[in-house]
Amino acid sequence: MSDSARKDSPEQAEFRQYCRSWLADNRPADPTVRLPLSALEIMTDEQLSYLQAWQKAAYDAGLVGCDYPTEVGGGGRTDCQRVANEEMLAARTPYFPNVIGLGMAAPTVFYHATDELKQRLLPRLFSGEDIWCQGFSEPGAGSDLASVQTFAERKGDKWVINGHKVWTSLAHFAEWMILLLRTDKSHKYDGLSYFVVPIRSALGKGVTVRPLIKITGETGFNEVIFDNLEVDDGYRLDELGKGWQVAMTTLLHERGAGGLQTPRAGGLKSEGTHTTSAANLIELARNTQRDGQAAANDPLLRDRIMQQLIREHGLAQNQRRARVPALLDHPMRLLLQNKLLASEISQDTAALALEVAGASASLYMGDENAPARGQWPLAYMNSYGMTIAAGTSEVQRNILGERVLGLAKSK
Amino acid sequence: MAQPDNYGFGEEAALLKESARKFLADKFPTATLHSLVAGDHRPERDSECLWDSGLWQEMVALGWTMLAVPESAGGVGLPAVAVAGLAEELGRAAFPCPLLGTINATYVLAACGEAGAAALGEIAEGCSATLAVTNREGSWSAGDVDVELIDGRLTGSAWFVQDARKADRLLVAARASGGIALYWVATDAPGVNVQADAIVDLTRDQAHISFDNVEASQVNANGLAALAEAMPAIWTMLAADMVGAAEWQLQTTVEYVGTRQQFDHPLGFFQAVKHPLVDVMIQIDQAKSLVYNAACALDNEPERAGQLAHMAKASASDMAAFASGRSVQCHGGIGFTWECFVHLYFKRQKHSQFLFGDAAWHRARLADIVMGAVA
Repeated sequence: MSDSARKDSPEQAEFRQYCRSWLADNRPADPTVRLPLSALEIMTDEQLSYLQAWQKAAYDAGLVGCDYPTEVGGGGRTDCQRVANEEMLAARTPYFPNVIGLGMAAPTVFYHATDELKQRLLPRLFSGEDIWCQGFSEPGAGSDLASVQTFAERKGDKWVINGHKVWTSLAHFAEWMILLLRTDKSHKYDGLSYFVVPIRSALGKGVTVRPLIKITGETGFNEVIFDNLEVDDGYRLDELGKGWQVAMTTLLHERGAGGLQTPRAGGLKSEGTHTTSAANLIELARNTQRDGQAAANDPLLRDRIMQQLIREHGLAQNQRRARVPALLDHPMRLLLQNKLLASEISQDTAALALEVAGASASLYMGDENAPARGQWPLAYMNSYGMTIAAGTSEVQRNILGERVLGLAKSK
Repeated sequence: MAQPDNYGFGEEAALLKESARKFLADKFPTATLHSLVAGDHRPERDSECLWDSGLWQEMVALGWTMLAVPESAGGVGLPAVAVAGLAEELGRAAFPCPLLGTINATYVLAACGEAGAAALGEIAEGCSATLAVTNREGSWSAGDVDVELIDGRLTGSAWFVQDARKADRLLVAARASGGIALYWVATDAPGVNVQADAIVDLTRDQAHISFDNVEASQVNANGLAALAEAMPAIWTMLAADMVGAAEWQLQTTVEYVGTRQQFDHPLGFFQAVKHPLVDVMIQIDQAKSLVYNAACALDNEPERAGQLAHMAKASASDMAAFASGRSVQCHGGIGFTWECFVHLYFKRQKHSQFLFGDAAWHRARLADIVMGAVA
């Protein structure tokens, strides 16, 4: 029976070989700058240009956008992005800087834009030359996303946009924004429309980007204010009033449950990178003394560390089982758990690491005695970004209860 | 050897799982289970062995008891992932029968090499069996036994023997001169006295069995090694059963909270009900994914099977406790009654939770593997 096991198709097998040998020769040199945990925390031009050069090289080699058609700058392959991702992760490459572009904007543009717009936008998105950001949340529209108030008023062939977006990661580097806004105030859902907007060229001319500082002290996300910004009607995706449906395409892909696999690289170990994993937690417990012996010998801590290890394995196995239809009760059941589980597991692992570190958990990144250079308190605080962003854990549980279990929709 | 992406869960396994599910749903709906096993509600009730042996014989005729038996011993030799699929469906139906016991005995015998062939041959011919390997304390460590071999005969007692009154044969672990050895004994052999335990779980029977100078054929002199090799499969199959039972609990509860109205809404409208049920689903899925991962390791990378099976059973035990609690709680008052079917699964899951190691026990062993034992 193991002969019938899912294996690479001939195309995938050949492509895997290609990726592997290209990466062996072209994996970039380690950066001279400290890289943040993820692309969303990129703060400096040096960090950005190092990562952009890497994404461009990977795109030129055909490792980014593999499954998109060649007409829009893709590789024209079938189910090969997963292969490229696996090989890039295995080769411990840097991550890609244009994460919002690749994960959210690209599939949305692909499924909802005109051919002309796709051909214009996607190649520079895949290459990372154009960084993208996402204009969804507002001060008054968080979990209740459909209540966005940013308004576009029609003026001939153009629209005039006024409003206020928040939590906009990468906006300070972005050329483009995917923008959910209101074109009709009388209908909540059907009054929404969806645009792609060139924001960098409009800085100071209707667009203002201001940094927001996170609880960690890091910058990286922003608020964006629109003050009578004029945008061409050609930048609208799909029909007027269909913004909510378009946004669902974005969110589905953001939560890892969309039809197109997101190009993903990473794994590079540098001084600044630190993964919130059970393996790192065990390492910390081995190196932490408690009552004269390693914390790794404390039976209570061992039990709790194993709980985290088991959850981590469970999530990895969910992702594997999601591709085995005979072992699925509902096609979306595992995919829709991804974001919720990944964020909560990493939050709990980081919280446990602080307990393991004990008194030393008080030491932050500026302290030379801090365990793991203060990355654990940083990861713990940052984890709340993950359990809040892209639909809070509470919203995720509503979605799972309603879409998978079929329970009545909560208000 | 690496694991195949799809766990090696191929067409044959999918067909078996689907047909088992349909067979049990058609022939043994929960109402039938309830009327069969829940006739006497008194807490001091006698411990009767209530089951549908006719339907069991149909399963034997379908070949389910020989699926795990290696082909060399006359069985089907299905991979563990396929057997896990069957175990999951039996758990979903909570069907009282000695299938899990027979599968457990099969894995221990298969670990005995040539020495296990004769007993496996009997299983392949339709004989059911169960393990008699546990001492009075209910120790979960292989080799902790209260049966001894004295003058070539078995003397002493085995405890917490599952479905003893439904099984034809016992695979007994006993202390012999050279260590723990395994013996194959007919349940009705002279000197074997099966004393039923009065247990909470209505879907199984359990017994302690005394052996009084019982003549027995030795299967394997090195029983400890065979038991140790088979335990990962035993943990995995029980965890699969628990996953199936928990899915029944979830679906039944979801149906109830979708129907029952309070405050002008179905209960499932309220997030205080909705979110815990989502958490039940999440825990079931974690356990299920880990079960098939462990089963796949049994088939493809036995050196990792122990570690992965510890994960599966630890996950399933915690999940079973949580899912059972929520199934009763979310049914409200009716869930607290004997007439509501949820108590059958609640009790079965409580039993399974502590069978062959609870969550903390498995995590402690997992930690020894992953982090190294504490000196």
